[in-house]
Amino acid sequence: MSNQSYSLRTENLSIGYGTKVICNNIEMTLPKGELCAVIGVNGIGKSTLIRTLGKLQPSLGGEAFINGHKIAELKPHGLAKTISLVLTEQPASKNLRVSELIALGRQPYTNWIGKLTDEDKRHIQQNLDAFHLEELAMRKCHELSDGQLQRVLIARAAAQDTPIILLDEPTTHLDLYNKVQILKMLRQLAHKKGKTIVFSTHEIDLAIQLCDKILILNGTKNPFGSPQELIAQKQFDNLFPENLLEFDERTGGFKVKK
Amino acid sequence: MNTKTTYSITFIFIGLALILAVLLNISSGSVNIPFLDVLSGLSGNNMETKSWNYILWNYRVPKAFTAILVGGGLALSGLLMQTLFRNPLAGPFVLGISSGASLGAALLLMGSSFLSGIFAFGILNDISLVVAASLGSFLVLLVVILVAQRIRDTMALLIIGLMFGSITSAVVSVLAYFTSAENLQRFVFWSFGSVGNLSSHQVSLLAVIVGLGTLMAIFSIKKLNAYLLGENYAQSLGVSLKKSRLVIIIATGILAGGVTAFAGPIAFVGLAVPHLTRQLFDTMEHKILIPAVFLYGAILMLLCDTIAQLPNSAEILPINAITSLVGAPVVIWLLVRKRKMMF
Repeated sequence: MSNQSYSLRTENLSIGYGTKVICNNIEMTLPKGELCAVIGVNGIGKSTLIRTLGKLQPSLGGEAFINGHKIAELKPHGLAKTISLVLTEQPASKNLRVSELIALGRQPYTNWIGKLTDEDKRHIQQNLDAFHLEELAMRKCHELSDGQLQRVLIARAAAQDTPIILLDEPTTHLDLYNKVQILKMLRQLAHKKGKTIVFSTHEIDLAIQLCDKILILNGTKNPFGSPQELIAQKQFDNLFPENLLEFDERTGGFKVKK
Repeated sequence: MNTKTTYSITFIFIGLALILAVLLNISSGSVNIPFLDVLSGLSGNNMETKSWNYILWNYRVPKAFTAILVGGGLALSGLLMQTLFRNPLAGPFVLGISSGASLGAALLLMGSSFLSGIFAFGILNDISLVVAASLGSFLVLLVVILVAQRIRDTMALLIIGLMFGSITSAVVSVLAYFTSAENLQRFVFWSFGSVGNLSSHQVSLLAVIVGLGTLMAIFSIKKLNAYLLGENYAQSLGVSLKKSRLVIIIATGILAGGVTAFAGPIAFVGLAVPHLTRQLFDTMEHKILIPAVFLYGAILMLLCDTIAQLPNSAEILPINAITSLVGAPVVIWLLVRKRKMMF
């Protein structure tokens, strides 16, 4: 295992709550700078996988590695400089300003009282610009639309400047335009800044168009690969029960059976 | 950023307000001492009458100092609780922390006849009252935290706080029923709340307690800011939840418990002051909020105590009544005006 060959890797990972395993045998290997979607039906464990990789809950078997280090062995401070998160939960305080919220992403680098250095301020400004948030910088979170807030949360994760970014359903509750905008931003972040990004989503057609890799959780085999490989293997055909939907290989999307 | 300069102007303003409130507080009382004499007395000159000098230095100055500690400490504990519980309505009184302190004090002041076997010696000195009240507040705080971890619903948390209030007041009533009139009177006077009548010994003990709690809060500034995002985000930013939560809880407990032990259960300061402060300082940064909330709480307490003095009369109103009269409408006004309380 050389550090260059991959950035994030899982081996026979099992996830779940307490002692109840909900998904077994998750195998994925992501090189640096790739965007990976995790898809699957409701309740299969997409969020659980994101939370497990982010070390918010323990894995129930197998291993997960980041740059050759076991995630389970990372100390809180090292973890904060390795993985940043965007969760489905809203920030606890909606009274935070956009700039304050993004500045919190710099916490792993600041001193005991959280003083921002010029370097920190540069990161904050850069991400305000990158996510088109300059005009919203002084707004409060409760004044933002869902799409704007999601951009702010992603900008915060980007400001944390970690090699890995994990996102739990970053596109839910957004309209199509905002969904595409968010996913394109993630793609840019991965390709231009070399971040390894994993996100769970229900937007299978968008994921097929925009992601480098896709992990399909189905509880048993959990196919992983590039969208083209997965389509060739007909892995999407069995994703949903066949009575309602069918996968169209030409368009890379699902059609309702009439 | 230029926001910093605006905050420093507000800080100068609030600092001046504090000095004014102190002067107002010191110059009013049952004995009428002219304002100019108070000023000259404070600047170290001997005053016209010996007794004025005595009143000033042995009664009014310690009382003003106590009011600062009590107001600042309670307000700060309210701020810590609102951030920790992610709940704009959290405060030492609402969550039952003050009730816990009352229960501790009541057990000590009125239950000593039953429990005399257990606390055989040294009963009823300052330290034992502080310890009893602090233990009571810690106990309730711990239970509230245990419940808060199981139930994420913020409403449920407030209702549980209220229930604790009911339980403790019920226990207090039972104790009151069986205790001697003298002990009951002592407890009732304690529960009215007062910032006067503390010996210099007690004031310094209170200063140490409030200082310790404040210091712990200052060391938690970074973690408190991370908690604004929620616990999961805080953890992902490298905050050790267990450790930071423990420090914040201990800080909250000794601030609320210590203050309540000396000054009685004082309502609304802890809940209302953080919100009032956020009207002046429009930020969530705890680096700014902690000193601002402390100063604001001190000012409010000094003013409430000045009102409780009823200038030029010998009567002193219970300060708990004054803070409720001031605090409850403020909370209602905030709710109505902003429709939704946020922290």
